[in-house]
Order: sequence, then C-alpha cells, then structure tokens
Amino acid sequence: MTEILRVENLKKSYDGFVAVGGVSFSVKQGELKALIGPNGAGKSTCFNMLMGQLKPTEGRVFFDGKDITGHKPRDIWRKGVGRTFQITGTYQSMTVIENVQMALMSHHRRIFTIGPRAWKLYRDEAMDLLGVVAMQDQADRPCSVLAYGDLKRLELAIALCHKPRLLLMDEPTAGMAPSARIELMQLTADIVRDQGVSVLFTEHDMDVVFAHSHHIMVLNRGELIADGNATEVRNNPQVQEVYLGGGTLFKEETHA
Amino acid sequence: MAFFLAQFLTGLANAAALFLVASGLSLIFGVTRIVNFAHGSFYMLGAFIGITLMDILPGHVGFWGAILLTGLAVGVIGALTEMIVLRPIYRAPELFQLVATFGVILVIQDLALMIWGAEDKLGPRAPGLRGVWRIFGEPVPKYDIVLIAITPFILFALWYLITKTRLGILVRAATQDREMVGALGVNQAWLFTGVFALGSALAGLGGALQLPKGGADLLMDFNIIGEVFVVVVIGGMGSLPGAFIAAVLISVLNVFGVTYLPQSTLVLMYVVMAIVLIIRPWGILGREEAAGEHGQVGSPERPIRPYGPKGIALTSAFVLALALVPLFAEQFVLTLIVDMIVFALFAASLHFILGTGGLVSFGHAAFFGGGAYAAALLVFHTGTPMELAFLFAPLAAGLLALAIGWFCIRLSGVYFAMLTLAFSQLVWSLAFQWRDVTRGDDGLVNIWPAEWLNAPAPFYYFTLILGTGGIIFLRHVIHSPFGYALRAGRDSPRQAEAMGIDVKRVQYAAFCLAGIMAGLAGGIFVFSKGSVFPTVLEIGESFDALIVVFLGGVKTLAGGVVGAGFMTGVEDWLTRLEYWRLLLGLVIISVVILMPEGIVGTLSTLWRKIRHTDEETIR
Repeated sequence: MTEILRVENLKKSYDGFVAVGGVSFSVKQGELKALIGPNGAGKSTCFNMLMGQLKPTEGRVFFDGKDITGHKPRDIWRKGVGRTFQITGTYQSMTVIENVQMALMSHHRRIFTIGPRAWKLYRDEAMDLLGVVAMQDQADRPCSVLAYGDLKRLELAIALCHKPRLLLMDEPTAGMAPSARIELMQLTADIVRDQGVSVLFTEHDMDVVFAHSHHIMVLNRGELIADGNATEVRNNPQVQEVYLGGGTLFKEETHA
Repeated sequence: MAFFLAQFLTGLANAAALFLVASGLSLIFGVTRIVNFAHGSFYMLGAFIGITLMDILPGHVGFWGAILLTGLAVGVIGALTEMIVLRPIYRAPELFQLVATFGVILVIQDLALMIWGAEDKLGPRAPGLRGVWRIFGEPVPKYDIVLIAITPFILFALWYLITKTRLGILVRAATQDREMVGALGVNQAWLFTGVFALGSALAGLGGALQLPKGGADLLMDFNIIGEVFVVVVIGGMGSLPGAFIAAVLISVLNVFGVTYLPQSTLVLMYVVMAIVLIIRPWGILGREEAAGEHGQVGSPERPIRPYGPKGIALTSAFVLALALVPLFAEQFVLTLIVDMIVFALFAASLHFILGTGGLVSFGHAAFFGGGAYAAALLVFHTGTPMELAFLFAPLAAGLLALAIGWFCIRLSGVYFAMLTLAFSQLVWSLAFQWRDVTRGDDGLVNIWPAEWLNAPAPFYYFTLILGTGGIIFLRHVIHSPFGYALRAGRDSPRQAEAMGIDVKRVQYAAFCLAGIMAGLAGGIFVFSKGSVFPTVLEIGESFDALIVVFLGGVKTLAGGVVGAGFMTGVEDWLTRLEYWRLLLGLVIISVVILMPEGIVGTLSTLWRKIRHTDEETIR
C-alpha cells in the first residue's frame, strides 16, 4: 500500500511549553488509523497542524508526496483532505441538504457564481451523499433542529463531498450515545472499504478504537509512544501504564 | 516650550471627562454586549442636571456635591432606562439593542429641550478655582489642574472597583461568560441593571465635571458619542487602562490639532483610530474577540427560500400598483415614494452585508453619499451629461468600497464596525472641508436629471425601475451560490474555510457589491433632489440605514426594504409635529420591544403560529 500522509518530526511549542514534540508517522492508502491518548496529549494540536489551522513550530507534513506544511486549511482541502471537527461546525441557517450542496458548490468552484439558484445546484449529488450516511429522510429539515448524532453524520457527508483521499476526524463520536458511536464508526469503516479513503481519527472510546481501526497510535504528553496494530498496542507496557495504571504519569501534572 | 506644556495640560484636563464617559461605555459593553448609542445622552443629561443642581446648592460643598448628586441622578435614570427599554429585549439578535438605544437618544433630546430649553447654557465656574495659575509664564486654568489631579484617583477608584471588589469580580466574570455567572446563582438581570446604572452614572459625572469648561447644550450627545466610541475602541473594548490611555491620546491630539492643523479637527481622531486598528486590530490593550464567542442569541435563522408563485404574484402586484401611482397621485406623493425607494435600496444594500454576511457596518453612508457626490461632482465641474454621471455613482462607490474594504475586512465584530465608521468620517470630512472641490456645507446644487427625465413622472419610473431592479438583484444574489457562501462564512467561518471557501475574499466581494448598490441609491438620490450636501455622509445617515435594517428584521430577507418603507413613512408623518423626536423615539422603542425579531420577522412568526405550521415545512 502506498503512503498517503507522511508526518516528519512535527512539533508545536508555545513559549517553551511543548504541546507536540517531534512526532513522526504515516498513514497508508485505504487505512483506518486511530490516534489515541489521554486528554492534553496533543491530539487536537496535531490535527490542527495537519489541517492547517495551526502552524507547526518544526517538522513537515506531506500529503500524497507533496509538502503541505503550513498551507491554509482551504488549500489543503482542495488538495483532497477532508476533515470533521470535534465540535460540529455546520451552517445553522441552511437545511441539511444545503449544507452538503454548499460543500459541493465549493468543490465545483462555484463560490463566486451569482447566476443560478443555489438550492437547485448539485441536489442529486448531495442526496446521494446523504444516502451514504442515511440522512436522506431529513434532507429538507433546518440544520438547527438536528439531533447531535445526526449532525455528526451530516458532517461526515459534507467531508465526503470532494471525494477526499484522506479524511481527518477529530473525535467523531464524542458526545454520542454508545450505540450511535458504533454505528457511526461502522459507517466510516464501510466508507474506507468501499471508496478507498484513508481515515485518521482521534477517539477516547476504546471499544470504538479497537473494534474498527487497522492501526493505532498512542500519543502521550506530546510524544508518540506506540504505533502498531491492536494487539501490539494492547501489549505495549508504556501504553498500559498510561491507560491502566501506574498513575504516576498524571500525578506530576496535578499542579497545572 | 512653555506653550507646548500648557497645551499638553489642557489636553490632559479634557481627558478627565472623556475618560469617565468612555469607561462607562466600556463597562456597559463588556458586561451586557450592548452598543449603547444613548451614552452621549446620559452625558448631556449630566451636564444639564449638574447646572440645575449647582444653581440650587451654593459654595464649595454645593459645587462638588452637585457633581456627585448628578452622577447619582443619571445613574438612576440609566437604571430605569435599562429596566424599561432594554430588559425586555436581551433575547433579541445581537446588536438589536442598539436600535432601542437610538430611540432613547431621540426621547432624551426632546425631553431636554422641553425642560431646559433650546439655548446653550454656560457652566458655572468652580468656586475658588476661577483664575489661572502660571506655569512657565503660560496661563493654565486652575480648574484644569484640579481635573488633572483627580483623574488618576478616578482611574484608581474604578480599577479598584473592578479588580478588588465582589461587584468587580462579578462584572469581569460576566464579561467572560454570562451564562456561567447566571448558572452560579447571580441574578443576571440585576447585575446588568447595576452595571448599566454605574456606566450611566459615570457618563453623568463626566457631563457635570466638564461644566466649568464647556457648559451644556443640546448637541452634546452627538458631539461626544463619536469621540467616546473612538476612545473605547482605540483603548480596547472592556479595558479601563486602555480607555484612559486613549482618552489622553485623543484629548491631547485634539488640542494640538486645533492649534496647528485646524482643518484636521473633524477627522483627526478617526485617522488615529484607523491607524491603531490597522496595526492592532483589537485596540491598544484589548484582546482578540474569538468568532462566535458570545454565542448565538435568539432563535436561529430559518433557511431561506425564494418567493413561491404566491410571493412573486404579490410582489409583482405591489410593484404594478406602484407603477400606477403617477396616474392619479399628486407630486408630493411621488416624491415621498421616490425617497422611500432610494432609502429601501440603500437599506437593502446594508442588509446584504449585515444580514447575509454578518458584517455590521457603521459607515455605510460613505458609499451612498460617495456615489451621490461622485455623480454631482462630475456634473458640477465638468458638465458631464446626467446619463454618464449617473453611471459614475455606483462605479465610484464600488471603487471606494474596494479601498475601504481592503482595510476593514480583516477585522470583525465591533472593530469592523468602528473602522468602517472611521473611514466614512474621513469621506465626510473630505466633502465638508475640501471646499475648492466640494464647496463644503454649501453643497453642490443644480444637479438635475437629463431633459427626458426632468419631470416628476418620468423620474419616478426611472427610480422605480432601478430601485426595485437593484433590490431584486440583491435578493437574487442572496439565493445564488455566492450568497450561500457569504452565509456559510457568517454561520461558521471555520467550517467554511475547511471546505475551501476563502471567507475573507467572499466578504470583501460582498462588501464591494453592497458599496456599488448603495452608490446606485446615492446616484438616484442626488438627481431626485438636484443637490447634495455633506449631511448624506454623516454618521446619522449610516445609523438611519442600520436602524431600519434592524427594525425590519435582520434575519429576514425583506427586513431592510420593509424597515425603510416604514421609517420613511413614519418620519414623513411625524416631523410635522413639534416634538417629533420624542414620538419617533417612542415609536422605535415600542417596535423594538413589541417586535424583537423586527417587523418582518415577528409578523412571519405570528403568521406561522396562526397557520400552525412549524419548521418541518420549508418548501
């Protein structure tokens, strides 16, 4: 399998405080890879650097062999990277399907078009995408009345609009009911299988992580301490200490 | 050198009152998020009440006692205003409250006129501080020195109040997170009232304190409000030391401006503000306002739809009815409708960036007046035919928007609003003071339409076609992909950027389009009146447009147009009466309280309730 994302020595520090300290890894084509770690481990910082919301202090990010370090989020998106956020950011004043159509309009570079009616554009295409996440029956509801789990699914549909080759999902199941979590990740796994998309996601629910991911990386206090398949990660003593118990790792941080 | 020092001291003395007023505004904004236009009115009330009290109370104790009592009195008036006018509308969309405070300005103006009369009042001198002290041979009023001496104590007292007392802790907590403070058991309503009272009291104190230097008149409210906003913005919203530094900076600059560069006085502070905001987008000591920090207030906007067959039929019927008016109506009716259409187009252009784009501009008159002046200047100086000069109006306004937008669009929220205000003041002062070209406040006259349009009916049709055409065009754009992208950038800039939308560029383009349309309105305006004066570029003109957009309903598409029609009609009717400001103010306040979603918004909510349809039926 070819490498779709390669991260080299990625580092972010704020006035001496190191949030992410020199992380290197890669994601392969068609892979569903999890990035886990306790709160404050640097997962979101890492994601924000990959997607361009944050500029890394050091290090490089390569997407499909091309250097995208420090590029703007919208440019990275155009290159074929999709993203969903930890806290959903949908357009409250639009309907469900219009949210998807908006992404399609951007993908087809129609942002500065003033001729046609927006809600007529790419409606079929948008309906197909809503079908993928089983949201077709809610297509014409205002986005502002959706249940949280449905918003998460909508966000996934939006992220698939430009047929991304890599999808970055920051805590996709946070705040959802346990059954809905499994459903959403199953859906994601199906998409990976059917469309050959690679997915990198962060997650706190270990059931979700171990049930679906091909590979797992563990981040602790800005350092990558494990990178392997489920069994390898499970048996890694350092990971066990972080998650199950020496307890010492967090004691030093209580003053912060 | 001595003269220099004396000038500097005068500036410092002027800063005292300005700082008091500005810190009050800053407190109110910080906690309640209300942009309180009426703050200048409380300052004016302070001056008038101060004079009255000083007449009653004699001597040293009387003078200083009167100042303190004035603060108390204005504080009470402020508290009452907050409870009656603002408390019912905290759940309304953000910035809606500024419309109510505008109503308060009008009410207070007429009340002051009724009570104290139209004549300017000279302030009494402070007992024992009548003369001057000589500093290096230069005379400096004793009162100035006293003011300079007390200002640090005022700053310290306020600083102590905010940082060390329980009230201060609550105020700061509420500034950061209102909801959390409420959840912790603090009665928000009373906290807001208290802060509003304190802020008003500070404005009243400022008004009374400046009496020996300035006196009291009915223009004080508008004269200071611009300055106060500038100070608060330069210092950084919510920062007391920032407000102090800015008050000193502005006052000192003003004094030197008057001496060395008299023609600069009108714009100097706006130039300073523009420079500060371009370098430091959140003021000297302000902090960055994260997008959406204060949360969505009120119900979310409903998804938009173009009119269905029924809506199109109704609109067409309405336009057709308008087209038939010249057949039977008298000329003054035509003139009134022309005014309405011009104002509706102007308001619709503001509504486009404000409602759809979420960009609150306080200086939209720059493009309306800019367009009017562009056409008028061509006709006046070069005798360009009307047809050509008219086209120049939207063109010039668009170019102006291109230039102003380039600076403004990088800011957001209140800072964006204030920078647009600064630039519009620059344009205004250009029209006002570049007499060789613009003839100053004599205005440009004899700007009549071409022969074939120079009669009531033809010009009426000209206005009707271009005005409704412009409004329909803007509506069309709102429903187009570009309009959707603009709305996306308003709803969630982060998400928009993450799906390839260059939010700032979309906003910039929208800003320019709004400028062009405002310029078009200005072009029609100048040829309908035959003249143009700097008043079309004044702050008041920008605020008029802002108010009708809010009155009509920001979250509705027809809001701007309906609000403009309503306002022009009401004004035309009320201004025939003596105390029309009072009545207009009361009308505005009532509309605001009774229809918190604006006229169109509230009516359509009502309509949905009557028909028992809810959110599920959009199409």
